[in-house]
Amino acid sequence: MKQLRALALLPLMASPALAEGELKLYHWFEYIPQELVDKFQSETGIAVTIDTFDSNEAMLASLKAGKIGQYDITVPGDYMVEIMAGEGLLDTFEPAELPNFGNIAPQWLDVPFDPGRKSSIPYQWGSTAFAVNRDVYQGDINSLTILFDPPEELKGKINMLDSQGEVLALASIYMGMPQCNTDRDQLKALMDMLLAAKPHWASFGSDTAKDVLVSGDAAAGMIYNGFSAKARAEGANVEYAYPKEGFVVWMDNAVLLRDAPNRENALKFLNFLLDPENAGTLTNYTAYTAGVTGVEPFLTEEIRNSPENNPPADAPNGSFVAVCDEATQKLYDAIWTNLKK
Amino acid sequence: MKGVRHFPGFLAITLVCLIVLYAPLLVVTVYSFNGSTSITQWGGFSWRWYIDVFTGPEAPRFGLAARNSLTIAVLAATAATIIATAASLAMVRGGKFRGRNASFALINLPLMVPEIVTAVAMLIFFTMIGIKTGYGTILIAHIAFCIPFAYLPIAARLQGIEPFYEEAARDLYASRARAFAHVLLPLMAPGVISGWLLAFIISLDDFIITNFVKGAGMETLPTAIFGSVKQGIKPNIMAISTLMLLASASLVTLSWLINRKGQRSP
Amino acid sequence: MAGAGPSGKSGKDAAWAPLALPLMLPTWAVIGFFLLLPVLLMVVYSFLTKEFRGGVIWEFSLAAYDQFFISRGLFGDEPASIEWTYIGIFWRSLWQAAVATGLCLLIGFPTAWFIATRPPASRSIWLFLVTIPYWVNLLIRTVSLKFLIRDNGPLNEFLMGIGLTSGPLPLVNTNLAVQLGLFYSYLPFMVLPIYAAVERYNFALSEAAADLYASRWRTLREITLPVVKPGIIAGCLLVFIPSLGAFLAPDLLGGAKTFMIGSLIDEQFKGSQGNWPFGAAISVILMSLVLLSLLFYARAQRSQK
Repeated sequence: MKQLRALALLPLMASPALAEGELKLYHWFEYIPQELVDKFQSETGIAVTIDTFDSNEAMLASLKAGKIGQYDITVPGDYMVEIMAGEGLLDTFEPAELPNFGNIAPQWLDVPFDPGRKSSIPYQWGSTAFAVNRDVYQGDINSLTILFDPPEELKGKINMLDSQGEVLALASIYMGMPQCNTDRDQLKALMDMLLAAKPHWASFGSDTAKDVLVSGDAAAGMIYNGFSAKARAEGANVEYAYPKEGFVVWMDNAVLLRDAPNRENALKFLNFLLDPENAGTLTNYTAYTAGVTGVEPFLTEEIRNSPENNPPADAPNGSFVAVCDEATQKLYDAIWTNLKK
Repeated sequence: MKGVRHFPGFLAITLVCLIVLYAPLLVVTVYSFNGSTSITQWGGFSWRWYIDVFTGPEAPRFGLAARNSLTIAVLAATAATIIATAASLAMVRGGKFRGRNASFALINLPLMVPEIVTAVAMLIFFTMIGIKTGYGTILIAHIAFCIPFAYLPIAARLQGIEPFYEEAARDLYASRARAFAHVLLPLMAPGVISGWLLAFIISLDDFIITNFVKGAGMETLPTAIFGSVKQGIKPNIMAISTLMLLASASLVTLSWLINRKGQRSP
Repeated sequence: MAGAGPSGKSGKDAAWAPLALPLMLPTWAVIGFFLLLPVLLMVVYSFLTKEFRGGVIWEFSLAAYDQFFISRGLFGDEPASIEWTYIGIFWRSLWQAAVATGLCLLIGFPTAWFIATRPPASRSIWLFLVTIPYWVNLLIRTVSLKFLIRDNGPLNEFLMGIGLTSGPLPLVNTNLAVQLGLFYSYLPFMVLPIYAAVERYNFALSEAAADLYASRWRTLREITLPVVKPGIIAGCLLVFIPSLGAFLAPDLLGGAKTFMIGSLIDEQFKGSQGNWPFGAAISVILMSLVLLSLLFYARAQRSQK
């Protein structure tokens, strides 16, 4: 049967292998619409292959374990751009190499994690907080207590992202502590709070975060805002919260990797992503927000006005995940291991 | 004298065992014909997910992964079978040569080391010696862990063949190579074929090791499926799984028929 | 671990003795170079210094083993005591694997026995039925099981439909689900070796015992079991070893809430902690456990003879 399948597909596979070369993209799961990839392929004749990862850390680990030099582009979050630059994993480009460079929205041009945008361009940005199924719980969801000290209706029905950095950052925000904290009493309190909260959680899962809300396996979940919008679009009666204590904001960036086997094609792709129409297509799919000027005309009504993308006026500012030094990171590693032991 | 063989309840437990083994697969097979996009609601009988497997947006990716899986499995099984055949001649017909015990341990090593450990060790090794991970590293890893699976049926078969067939051929002045090619190998054939099939399926099925040693843009069917099911099981995955069940069942049937035929001859 | 063991009758069948070493060479080359050498290298890595966020520095260090066994508090300045975190993770993995092995034995032994006592013609059909699901990709089987037992999945709907339970049984994301998953993954590994042992068993022994008025159960316990014991032990090992390092079942069925040995190792190489020497050290400790259980198996087999 499988042989038959493979044979049936042979003619299909022969076609995209054109002479214009290829592009190897290391990307998040479910983060680029096929139509956009198809459009790039038909415009340039470059064959795109995509591998996926489910956390910034997994991507970094895999690049360090020998995959650097095999991919052209990857899509790290803000703090990971900084880490990767520090590890020497990024290549740089000149603005002149990207004709659409000027389309980068001004507030995302000179970012602390890549001053002057030498290796990266904005991909999408959004927030990480949580969503609640309104059929199950109708009360106030304006606070992170929903995740860390949940009401009776939600106990045992919560999914957390399986991402050390974001969970610990959100927990720190809930406790009103700085990130990369070295204060002993505060860290102990953080750990105790997490250990007390864990029995109320049903599961840890990042890639399953949307699915568990749609299928009803979880009634509330820590989730990215656009992922929550997608869950709602798929029929789950979920509401995304911008909690009063704060939340995590992030920006994912397309970066040029060191030793990229197809540097020219990679630059073409980066430039392609900065085109407002393409950025619009991308945003309509991911349901986050683009960092490119001029995308608004290309956005659908639902995306432009989605409650997930438009925080209420009284919502606090979000915080980026901070990069800690080795000694501090060790403390957070220990807390995470303790949480999952 | 049936009494000592039959125990009350054993039939019932066997049936429980079969239900446990088949229930999840049957449920998935049934739901693969679900016309609805939702996996929780039944939307009438439909072939749409089977059509989707071949023509849907993920078809090229799965097609490529299936082709990689198949070629790797064929190459790895063939190489492992040749190596295992040679090894079984040495182990079964080689007398008490030096290093025999160590060799036996080495053949079985892939069975004794937990898969995750093998995966990690190979990743470290390939990274350290600077081999670029990709098709080649998957292939070599698969050959290594398929050897014991190919070896088991081949050695078992060889043990069942009395040495005098070959001796008779040698007595008639056939060279060792001729005696092997014309007498011993045909006798070993059922074992060699089941060894190949076993290695083939083991290679086709492997996920953990492949996931660690695969390179950029290289997917096998299991890693491609893992990429999809991690986000939740979808109807097209159920269709693929049903197709795989069919493929595996036909392969096992084939191997079983060959083996049965082999058992009837000497 | 069947096949031509070192104890095979090797004196007579030595026709290929002159070529034995060259014939073994490809095996040594492939497994020796691409498996044994990497495993040895991993042992070396477990004694190296970690590089922050993945990789190693080539300097000798016991830090990985120190981290595993010795606790100095969260901030590393308390007096040294035994670190229970990782021992606890090992203990839980051992326990999960043991429960799964026990479940497999409970269901697998009667099944193997039943099949081995069928007439030869129907025997292979039963065996065939037991082995087919095993050839379906482990990943798909695990996901199928999850689909079946989820809160609003077919099993719970069925149970509520026939009025056996009033609400859904909470199965997914529990330890029980992981144990069920391991049991389901490796059940055929238990059935096959026991089947092979029972099939070879000479039932005349049992009949003799029965003639002496021993009950069926007593005959089973005192006459048959000792003879088929190697098959049982082999089956237990074949279930226990892969369960110990299992990775998919805890992740998919257990909700990834707690580390198991497999996911703890994975975390060191693919997760956020990026500590290669520590991952290598955990692997070395896991491998030592497996070797210990194999030694136990070898001793049990020897005492048999």
